[in-house]
Amino acid sequence: MTATPSSTEEAVGADRADTAASTKKVGRLGGHGISQFTGTDRRVFLAMLLIPLTVHVLIVWVPTILSIGLSLTKWNGIGLDTIEWVGVENYDQIILGAFQTDFFQAVLNNVWLLLFLFFGPTLLGMFLAYLLDKNLRGSRIYQSVFYTPVVLSLAVVGFIWQNIMYDQQYGLATWAFGGGEAVDWLGNQEFVIEFGGYGLSKNFIAILAAMAWRHTGYIMVLYLAGLKSVDVSLKESASLDGCNEWQTFRHVLFPTLKPINVIVVVITVIEALRAFDIVYVLNTPRNTELLSILTTDNLIGEGADNIGRGSAYATVLFALCIGFVLWYVTNHYRNQESSV
Amino acid sequence: MTDVAEPTTSAAEVVKSGNGRPAPRKKPVRPARIGLHLFLIVLGVLWLVPLVVSLYVSFRPFSETQAKGFLSMPDSFNLDNYDSALDQGDFIDKYWNTALILVPSLILTLFLASMIAFVASRYSWRFNVFFLVLFTAGNLLPPQIMVAPLFQAFRRIPLPDFMSNSGNLNGSNWAIILLHVGFQMGFCTFVLSNYMKLLPKELNEAAVVDGASLWTVYSKVVMPLTRPALAALATLEFAWIYNDFFWAVIFEQRGDDRPITSALANLGGQFVTDTNVVAAASIFVIIPVMIVYFALQKHFIAGLTLGSTKG
Repeated sequence: MTATPSSTEEAVGADRADTAASTKKVGRLGGHGISQFTGTDRRVFLAMLLIPLTVHVLIVWVPTILSIGLSLTKWNGIGLDTIEWVGVENYDQIILGAFQTDFFQAVLNNVWLLLFLFFGPTLLGMFLAYLLDKNLRGSRIYQSVFYTPVVLSLAVVGFIWQNIMYDQQYGLATWAFGGGEAVDWLGNQEFVIEFGGYGLSKNFIAILAAMAWRHTGYIMVLYLAGLKSVDVSLKESASLDGCNEWQTFRHVLFPTLKPINVIVVVITVIEALRAFDIVYVLNTPRNTELLSILTTDNLIGEGADNIGRGSAYATVLFALCIGFVLWYVTNHYRNQESSV
Repeated sequence: MTDVAEPTTSAAEVVKSGNGRPAPRKKPVRPARIGLHLFLIVLGVLWLVPLVVSLYVSFRPFSETQAKGFLSMPDSFNLDNYDSALDQGDFIDKYWNTALILVPSLILTLFLASMIAFVASRYSWRFNVFFLVLFTAGNLLPPQIMVAPLFQAFRRIPLPDFMSNSGNLNGSNWAIILLHVGFQMGFCTFVLSNYMKLLPKELNEAAVVDGASLWTVYSKVVMPLTRPALAALATLEFAWIYNDFFWAVIFEQRGDDRPITSALANLGGQFVTDTNVVAAASIFVIIPVMIVYFALQKHFIAGLTLGSTKG
């Protein structure tokens, strides 16, 4: 269940190491750089490093840098010689110019999505994990139930909700809340909260609900794994000290869940920024734009007259995540370095 | 026992429900417990509604649910919608195409990730942490960021006809495989390096003493011990690659070439008039991933928590 190799494996491993070590002379390990290897080992080491590295860098990092470069150009994508340097014109257009409305509504929707994922599915997932950690009878069944939507693609989730929940006439959402009338759940672009032409639209809320269905189970599983690894005596002593359930959770359990909290924050932020499938597959009218959707709308298909503009959206997306990603990843490996 | 949870009562309760130990059979039932079960049952039922109703509707004719609603009692209950979905959606072809993408992607991803995780986590050298940071960070970036340059580059890489319908890398399964491998490698490297790091260092030393080459240490010593992590990752990556929508939608413009999940993008248009066929089509798409989930649930959950509990 957990990340650590089980104790039996470690024991077996150590065992093997012992027998092997007793057979021959002293080895060489912990040397620095490639110099610790010679001959074939050296070539194998380089291959094991360079082949994966090349694939990853060519698919992920080189295109990322090229996107940033392209965001400063105007290009229709046809001939490489038609790439025209325009400086910050694309940014000017999306932030101040003709595409301002799309851009800010998309950024706002990404923000709504982030806030919603934190205050909806994340809290509910944490609460469910807390309940299921109490060793209830049938706990495994509940877990499976809440986890099931997580294994579905967001595209399928969109598809199922569109037809079963949000069908204008027969959908279950219409049946439950429509009061006998047809409701256009995914088509209604009216704002519920509005300020200065931007806001939170009704059809975006419908999409958020479908996303919550999938995200909750994910968070629940992560917290369950965390709670299972909390020392039982900790919970025990807290209640002996007279803590009530909330105090135990707030002051004893929650602080020990810090590594999980960090992971959940990372997953939630990343999910909120990369969400794409569900909005694309539902093909809803305006006010459900996301940065990821704008990026691809401007790269392929009908509106794709300027790859530079699409790349400018992509660069904004990159700017929003890279600091966060690097903070998390460097912290992760630094902690690991010190703990090993 | 009383309704009021006195401190001693809940302490005893906590002890009983200790880590993974089975709770004693005859536990006094408290109203709080019943309330808890009620809450979970109601929420659980609601949780399953979209899936269960989808399944139910998929067995019933369109005309009938139009007249009586989704939740009515069935007059006829058959596989007709599945027949129509098969006819219109070509699901057998799409399953096959999905497998052609999934299997090579999965094997290559795990193979390449395990190699770099091995050299970066088992040997100390100046830049090993840098490489791990690079891989992990790369995996966390939204794929939309790099799609334009990739799309334009792939269009310009020629492939022979037997490898691609379009004459270039774009539109072929090779493109999708390459993208999955490049991307998913980041997460797998992250998980595998965390895991390999915890194997005792003496393993390497001992093998080297025995005169084992670097490749032998990797393939005969470290990889066999990494099997639990590989199993978990394979299960999880199966679902992720199967569920991928984005890459294939962008890079395979022809709907016929697409694997099953991204084929949904064109199915929507075809079936739009018949909710019940759409329901059957959705079931076709989710069956494989559901089977894998229920068969390998343990690995699945382990895969998700692998990256997180150690961190």
